[in-house]
Amino acid sequence: MEKKIPVWVTYILIAASIACMAFGICRGEVGTVLSKAVNICMECIGLG
Amino acid sequence: MAEKKGALRKIIQAGWGILTNAYVKGFLPGGPPIYKGKLKQICVPGMNCYSCPGALGACPIGSMQALFDGRQRRFAFYVTGYLAFIGLIAGRFICGWLCLFGLIQELLYKIPTPKLKIPKKIDRPLRYLKYLCLFVMVFALPFFWRSAYGTGDPFFCKYICPVGTLEGGIPLVLLNDAMRGTLGWLFKWKFFLLVICILASVFIYRPFCKYVCPLGAFYGLFQKVSLVKMYVDEHACVSCGLCAKTCKMNVDPKKTPNSSECIRCRECVNACPKQALSMGVREKHTLS
Ligand code: SF4
Ligand code: SF4
Ligand code: SF4
Repeated sequence: MEKKIPVWVTYILIAASIACMAFGICRGEVGTVLSKAVNICMECIGLG
Repeated sequence: MAEKKGALRKIIQAGWGILTNAYVKGFLPGGPPIYKGKLKQICVPGMNCYSCPGALGACPIGSMQALFDGRQRRFAFYVTGYLAFIGLIAGRFICGWLCLFGLIQELLYKIPTPKLKIPKKIDRPLRYLKYLCLFVMVFALPFFWRSAYGTGDPFFCKYICPVGTLEGGIPLVLLNDAMRGTLGWLFKWKFFLLVICILASVFIYRPFCKYVCPLGAFYGLFQKVSLVKMYVDEHACVSCGLCAKTCKMNVDPKKTPNSSECIRCRECVNACPKQALSMGVREKHTLS
């Protein structure tokens, strides 16, 4: 039998993940992701 | 009935793959090589290279490495939080339903050949390889390593990821003459890894997902706390073992319904003759 983890733990972690995401967005990380994603990634395709 | 449900999953997987790679212009000769619009601020939940000519979203693993960039050594809050959120809601459900590379491997496995059963002694330790990829190649090296010029490197993308070679490298090289002239040892190495991955997928079910994928490893960390879980109705179960026999990820759902290796494909749920297994936010009880 697997040990059951109370659902409130999940809710706390969900809140923490949203806070983490929001902090990253406020820091401008979305812009970094965009600028990486709109240019061909030379490393990904094996040229860089 | 189980076959119909299996087909529905394939349709959803394929539909999602097409929807998230629907930038047709990228595939036309002479067109823009990749999509450059605002949608690329958002990561797709599965492995999908952002250098694929059709990709409309960003790859979460590539984005994570870009944010961990050794130049600044800053933590990747946006993507880590985003992926943790998805993992906490659905665990590895994404792997079973919304990842194009997962589907590609499944289709390759359908090629009728004798299938390989990896002995437990080898399979078990190999499963930890994906955590090594996650913590070393995606987290640690991109964060700590700095070149002589002060730049960082996305180690997993650069040296391992076959998804980038298949979805980005090959189509871009085929569509652009200029790129073809610049191929070096790195492309050959990554191409070699892709060939191994494709060949392995014909004989082993989802080998990249089982042993290498850092995204699957990341989602797997949340499997026991995610809102969507698998439940076993102990009163209904007759211990026939059919669920474990059905599972191609080698999970025994009766013993470990929330194993980090389970991709939530529901094949065991559909196979159980007693409807003892259920998947969802709440447990379903079988009346018997
Ligand atoms: S393990 Fe990775 S490649 Fe496999 S389905 Fe999950 S995200 Fe996709
Ligand atoms: S298939 Fe159903 S009845 Fe058989 S062991 Fe699995 S859960 Fe129990
Ligand atoms: S345990 Fe069931 S849902 Fe999980 S991977 Fe195996 S067959 Fe699919």
